[in-house]
Amino acid sequence: MTPSPTTAPANPGGDARPVLEMADVRKSFGPVAALRSGTLTVRPGSIHALVGENGAGKSTLVKIVAGVHRRDGGTLRFEGDDVDFASTADSKAAGIAVIYQEPTLFPDLSVTENIFMGRQPLGRGRRIDRAAMLAETRAIFARLGVDIDPRRPALGLSIADQQIIEIAKAISLDARLLIMDEPTAALSGVEVERLFAVARSLRDEGRGLVFISHRFEEVFALCDEVTVMRDGEYVATTAIASTTPDAIVEMMVGREVGELFPKQPATIGEVVLKVEGLSSAGTFRGIDLEVRAGEIVGLAGLVGAGRSEIARAVFGVDRYDAGRVTMHGKPVPARRPRAAIAAGMAFVPEDRRKQGLVVDNSVAHNVAAVIRTRLDRLGFLTNRAENRASAPWAGRLEVKTNALDMPATTMSGGNQQKVVIAKWLATEPTLLIIDEPTRGIDVGTKSEVHRLLSDLAGQGLAILMISSELPEVLGMADRVLVVREGEITAELSRSEATPEAVMKAATAGHESTGELAPVLPDALMKEVSA
Amino acid sequence: MSATLAPPSTGGAPSGSGASGGRVRAALGHALRSREIAVAVVLLLVVAAATARNDSFLLSGDGWRDLLLTPSILLLLAAGQMLVIVTRSVDLSVGSTMALTAYLTGRLFIDQPGLPIPVVVLAGVAMGALLGVVNGVLVAYAGVPALVITLGTMYVYRGAMLSWAGSDRITADQMPKDFLSLGTSSLLGIPVLTIVALLVVAAVGYYLHTARSGRELYAIGSDPDAARLYGLKVPTRVLTAFVLCGALAGLAGVLHAARYGSVSSSVGNGIELQAVGAAVIGGVAIFGGSGTVWGAAIGAVLLVTINRALPILGIPEFWQRAVVGALILGAVVLDRLLAARRARRLDEERED
Repeated sequence: MTPSPTTAPANPGGDARPVLEMADVRKSFGPVAALRSGTLTVRPGSIHALVGENGAGKSTLVKIVAGVHRRDGGTLRFEGDDVDFASTADSKAAGIAVIYQEPTLFPDLSVTENIFMGRQPLGRGRRIDRAAMLAETRAIFARLGVDIDPRRPALGLSIADQQIIEIAKAISLDARLLIMDEPTAALSGVEVERLFAVARSLRDEGRGLVFISHRFEEVFALCDEVTVMRDGEYVATTAIASTTPDAIVEMMVGREVGELFPKQPATIGEVVLKVEGLSSAGTFRGIDLEVRAGEIVGLAGLVGAGRSEIARAVFGVDRYDAGRVTMHGKPVPARRPRAAIAAGMAFVPEDRRKQGLVVDNSVAHNVAAVIRTRLDRLGFLTNRAENRASAPWAGRLEVKTNALDMPATTMSGGNQQKVVIAKWLATEPTLLIIDEPTRGIDVGTKSEVHRLLSDLAGQGLAILMISSELPEVLGMADRVLVVREGEITAELSRSEATPEAVMKAATAGHESTGELAPVLPDALMKEVSA
Repeated sequence: MSATLAPPSTGGAPSGSGASGGRVRAALGHALRSREIAVAVVLLLVVAAATARNDSFLLSGDGWRDLLLTPSILLLLAAGQMLVIVTRSVDLSVGSTMALTAYLTGRLFIDQPGLPIPVVVLAGVAMGALLGVVNGVLVAYAGVPALVITLGTMYVYRGAMLSWAGSDRITADQMPKDFLSLGTSSLLGIPVLTIVALLVVAAVGYYLHTARSGRELYAIGSDPDAARLYGLKVPTRVLTAFVLCGALAGLAGVLHAARYGSVSSSVGNGIELQAVGAAVIGGVAIFGGSGTVWGAAIGAVLLVTINRALPILGIPEFWQRAVVGALILGAVVLDRLLAARRARRLDEERED
């Protein structure tokens, strides 16, 4: 533990040696530059906010500090020493703890074991001293004021409790730098308050904290300084006391109007998809929704609210306990994606590399994958048939790839996404469910995906779009359904759907934080409606 | 959502503060839910049924001895297999490893007369460990699934044994009497092999419970990605599990030679699947992360005993294998159902 705990909040510009100094850190994954100039300085005894839109490079920066990725260039200093972490073990040994949005615990092991795995206190004969381990866990929990049974398995803990376990781990490690990557995304108001109390007490002990969040009221309530990132680049660092949410949003967005592509008006037709009372224990409850031909319905909400789970259940990938799904008035059987496809559904999942695309296969192969039973002749499928079937689609979507037989892995995220969409369009669907259509896609090509979706809706396709990016939801959706903790809490028409209204419905229940500050203030709204 | 972040005073059921009666009931409930005890109860029922039909199954000197002695080889293999399975791997080569070390044991006695018995035993264990190193390196560092790697080495090791032994068959008169008596003698009415097997199971259990590296085997099996994020030495630990499994298979080979007094090329054919079956019946999760070596051990005893009891109970030979299969299927299905129920219950608790 740092010997001189500061009780006062940080004094930016003070003479304390920074815990972490990063300058011009770069990292690319294949052709995609995820981080172009990562710059961040964290002082001891301060909480430093790191903000930026999805894809701004925050997570990549964190993973470099954590030793998950290795940087391609730039300087990284921890407590004044140049460091280059080759693994998470290295960064942990140095005194860095990272709490990810989705904590990674061992479900089968006890809470105590999860905290101490790999560095359990040893007694005589190098045996694990279970009593000491349990006592220390109890002491940490008492300090944090939480009531979790240290002996219960980690399986079934709520996200909030899992984060507490991660924090307990960091405390037991005596970490001098604690990075929290969107820790509040799935927490309720009380839980957020508790987390903040813990964070403040860690700051007051002289540790450095990094807090990543999309919620400005939290950033302003908790943090001392803020660093803004945009498109993988450092924008600015300022003291919280001397800035405003509007100023931060301007720095975050700072892009020309027109890069976001609002949906063109289309004739709204018949009801295509109708979902009634869909429920799945522990995930979502009583979901009713409708999507009409030519309409884009946005499913908004915080990450972890259950939006993807609803989509997966509708498409028949996941089970559900109660409710009904109909397409064009005909019931769609549960748990049968094939039946869903036959009924006219198409589903582009969130993680296209894992779930939507066979990345090592050629473009033609990928596009033809869903319709191969229609292409085969006597059970054989030829490359020629695949190419013939996929060429018109790739052309129509302007997939920039030199040849259809190039492997999909060589393409950019935007083009990969188009291939996934092409694959599904080849089935001639009447409903497209698309989860995070532009995640991980650089800003420039995002608008191409948006234009494509708009065109498709114009041709009468019904689209159910899940998105965590507010501008995308507000710009694209004819109607916005907001999901919070597994329930639809608001249905907003295009004119009602303001950033405030959506974020309020997505985060309501934060009574304890008092008046809900506008999460994304006017600057962004203006941009969206422009 | 969870109540655990609320102030402690509003917390749900207080843990550990119940009346002693509640505690006894909880302990009883825990025991009934424990897989080890459930399997032990089935084992007792099988023994009781077989003894009721033919009382020499348990009550004669030979019956008692066989009851303890017959499972001892499989016990060693199941203990080793459990170490590997708990890391979310599997080792199918243990039967072939056992055959190779059994033949090595005989060869050493023939070619190097006068070699002390402990040296021969150690040579067998070392050879098993070496074969385990091959498996472990391929699985841990080449990143190929263990099922495929050890399926390959199963055939390679078996082929090596066949080409080494040829049509040669080692018989009892080629091995020293002292060594063979190891396989049949008893101490205080308990066969020596059984004592050895139990000591091994106890040692493995102790290691898994008290050593950091032992706990890490569970962690790796529970979530390999999390294990990497924790900075655990995943490949090293997986390699360790395979080496220990190989060494135990080596020991099993040596003891097999002592017990049966002969080594033919068919030693240990198919026993690897029995070892996997024993672990699964004993509650070791096939996807790793949970289970105990005691469970695997008692699963092994049940598997062997049921095979001996079924003929006595008059079950036709055809159905005997089916019963063993049903036992394995039942164990796995039961696990899935219990896990699903548990997850659901934890989810519902959280909803409150």
